[in-house]
Amino acid sequence: MSAGTDIWSDAVTAAALFAIDPVGTGGICVRAGAGPVRDRWHEALRSCFPSSVPFRKLPPAISEDRLLGGLDLAATLQAGRPVVQRGLLADVDGGVLLAAMAERLSPATVAHLNAALDRGEVVVERDGVSRRSPSCFGIVAFDEGLDDERAPAALCDRLAFHIELQSLSTADIGSIALEIEDLIAARRRLLDVKFAADSIEALCHAAASLGIASLRAPLLAVRAARAAAALDGDDVVQRTHLECAARLVLAPRATALPAPPEQSADRSPDQAPGEADNRQDEDISAKDLPIEDLVLEAAQAAIPPDLLRRLQENALHGPRNANAGKQGQAKAGPRRGRPIGVRRGELGAGARLNLLETLRAAAPWQPLRRSQQSSETTRLLIRKEDFRIKRFKQHSATSTIFVVDASGSSALQRLAEVKGAIELLLADCYVRRDEVALISFRGQTAELILPPTRSLTRVRRSLAALAGGGGTPLSAAIASATTLAVAVRGKGHSPTVVLMTDGRANVARDGSGGRAVAEAEAHEAARQLCVTGIPAVVIDTSPRPQPQAAKIATEMRARYVALPYADAARLSRAVQANVSAG
Amino acid sequence: MATVFPFSAIVGQDEMKLALMIAAVDPRVGGVLAFGDRGSGKSTAVRALAALLPTMRAVAGCRYSCDPANATAQCDDCKARASGAKLKSHQVPVPVVDLPLGATEDRVVGALDLERALAHGEKSFEPGLLARANRGFLYIDEVNLLEDHLVDLLLDVAASGENVVERDGLSIRHPAKIVLVGTGNPEEGELRPQLLDRFGLSVEVKTPGDLPTRIEVIKRRDAFENDPAGFVAQWAREEAKSRRKIQSARERVDAIAVSDAMLTRAAQLCMSLGTDGLRGELTLMRAARAVAALEGAKAVDEDNLKRVAPAALRHRLRRNPLDESGSSVRVQRALAECFAA
Repeated sequence: MSAGTDIWSDAVTAAALFAIDPVGTGGICVRAGAGPVRDRWHEALRSCFPSSVPFRKLPPAISEDRLLGGLDLAATLQAGRPVVQRGLLADVDGGVLLAAMAERLSPATVAHLNAALDRGEVVVERDGVSRRSPSCFGIVAFDEGLDDERAPAALCDRLAFHIELQSLSTADIGSIALEIEDLIAARRRLLDVKFAADSIEALCHAAASLGIASLRAPLLAVRAARAAAALDGDDVVQRTHLECAARLVLAPRATALPAPPEQSADRSPDQAPGEADNRQDEDISAKDLPIEDLVLEAAQAAIPPDLLRRLQENALHGPRNANAGKQGQAKAGPRRGRPIGVRRGELGAGARLNLLETLRAAAPWQPLRRSQQSSETTRLLIRKEDFRIKRFKQHSATSTIFVVDASGSSALQRLAEVKGAIELLLADCYVRRDEVALISFRGQTAELILPPTRSLTRVRRSLAALAGGGGTPLSAAIASATTLAVAVRGKGHSPTVVLMTDGRANVARDGSGGRAVAEAEAHEAARQLCVTGIPAVVIDTSPRPQPQAAKIATEMRARYVALPYADAARLSRAVQANVSAG
Repeated sequence: MATVFPFSAIVGQDEMKLALMIAAVDPRVGGVLAFGDRGSGKSTAVRALAALLPTMRAVAGCRYSCDPANATAQCDDCKARASGAKLKSHQVPVPVVDLPLGATEDRVVGALDLERALAHGEKSFEPGLLARANRGFLYIDEVNLLEDHLVDLLLDVAASGENVVERDGLSIRHPAKIVLVGTGNPEEGELRPQLLDRFGLSVEVKTPGDLPTRIEVIKRRDAFENDPAGFVAQWAREEAKSRRKIQSARERVDAIAVSDAMLTRAAQLCMSLGTDGLRGELTLMRAARAVAALEGAKAVDEDNLKRVAPAALRHRLRRNPLDESGSSVRVQRALAECFAA
């Protein structure tokens, strides 16, 4: 069997276990682009459920009233009494929710899903409607994200199974040997399945060794193991079921590779004499090994091969604030930006009325208000409390702080190119109304050439006047960039620091020379910038990438871009990618 | 309503449990904020609190569950009725009301009864969640995702103890003495700093790191899910014990003495941490008193102060961008310095 068919059969097993206990296991996160493999898996999933079980689609941009339900205004006005419209969460009770493009779900939608998953009911307190309805369901989240884009962690944490189908081709798809009767029978058996004394310990141990912090993971693994035992018709959870749960639930969540087991000293001599002995020894050890280790081994075998790479990247770029690097943090404002709904509010202070919503709010009260009006009237009676004002989500302005190494080591080769790159970026910043600041460092100190500005001409002029030559006071440069970035953030803007240097610090903070002291100080300054959580990019401008600049980037937890002999356009693209994608 | 996991059966999370007990003993502490990792049992603890709270006496038929013994805090209806005859009252559970995400303002503060307005053309007030939570707890899960204007409104009501509704010429004001309990995950967005120190206590919830504790958590959870009723019955004795503890602490909390020496210590601690305003000291003293009452002591001692100081102060510190250590560490450091002297 190839790796592909293994992945496929695991994916089908996950679907079956999910079908046996949809509410207990929470659901499946499927990372795959749309395509024949995913379609086939979807069919397999559907065939695991009786046709009476509702499957509902959740569009990523669903509105709150469709999701939760609320007042059905048209029906209410017609009937002359409040008519409640059921939301998707109430409709899907007893079924499966299919979240397409799960990576695009908004935090608010995810929070609603989580609340319903946690409580098994949906509580609605909206528009004069107060109601709770049962809402027990499982979620299948189709994660179509590319690269770093992932389905929301808060949701995935509650879904037992995480499967990746990206690497599969249609050739890997095997037959699906599942009978729906078996699954229905397994569902009935589920509550009778018992755990042996050390089984739960084994799963917890495996989760801990794999560096999984959340307690939901072992809990979901327990439920998955129970479902696996029910599928096999066992009353007690066996080792194979624990291994299956470890592989499907724990392995994809691993954040660390378990420490290698200590080689016991007395076993090694045994392995010397002969092949046959050796094999026997292995057989024995497989039986004798504590169950924890077996479960851990099963999980370890299923850890995706790129995990190590991902872990290293994480260590490098760090578990910084999830929002870091996003261009301009979003803030709600009354005037500009993308509309994000309405709220009750007062007019004035620049608030903009949403006429339609205001009329909707006023509509149900018309009979009441007419009856209190002394004279007969046919005009709409609108009161202050009906006013609905628009709310907008506004991206706060981004300020890009360029820190340019104009020292002798760097400048002579690259200063012209760097200037070109900044000019290209400036054009883009101008379009987005972003601010730009410029710090240059050479000789003894760093100098703020230009405080944050939107004026293109001023930047261009000071760039042209930028002279090169002298030592590299890197720590002073990073420190003044940090000070400026913190000040910029204090004004409500989102700063990004772009440091262009070869990293060869040779001037200390007090102006004295000495490479060792200067580098140590530069690292210290980089760590301080890291603590502020301000996103940064380090662009290595030396002709050949140098370890010094990479080290600075690591300390700063910044993205490191090495650009040997780059032309200005490439440099500009590299910065652009970091500023906009984060 | 579904059976909830018993409070006493929650493994670990001592700081969170203590903070909730303090709020139950003395609501004037001013709310609890719990931020922490995913899946660490924040919501479980708050929902479990509801089952633990001793019952209270309330005016029969009052929509706001007014206290028959406290005439000044009653709603207008109760005041009007009380002037004639003695109010009938009954025992009711202390409300723990969930504020669901996506709740609209009209349901939170209350509005005109839509049904009666449509069907009969009558104006009548339909109380909202704030009325339901009067004299109890209002629980907001994912408080950092709640709309800003709702958070403002809630904090305002919690501070004033009164809810004012103006609508269609209807002007209603009713008591809303509520204890806010908010939980959230810092990775999904922080709470505005202005709101942070409006909560009395702030706890950081961490997933237990040691294996035996984790195993115990999973085992209890699994046992609960397989047989909720049996599990709750098994813990009934523990629950009753905790309930009696809260009840007796409530009766004694106002009589707990605070010596001048302790007040000085509290002030020193706040000064060395540079907390703004006096709210820190006040909360610290109230919380320490509640802890002393829970422990059955007659006066506040140093240990009480030390136990509550992190929860009472950690969210009131000014952030120092160049200090890598978290606020909890800074409070601990200040505690060590203060009490060593």
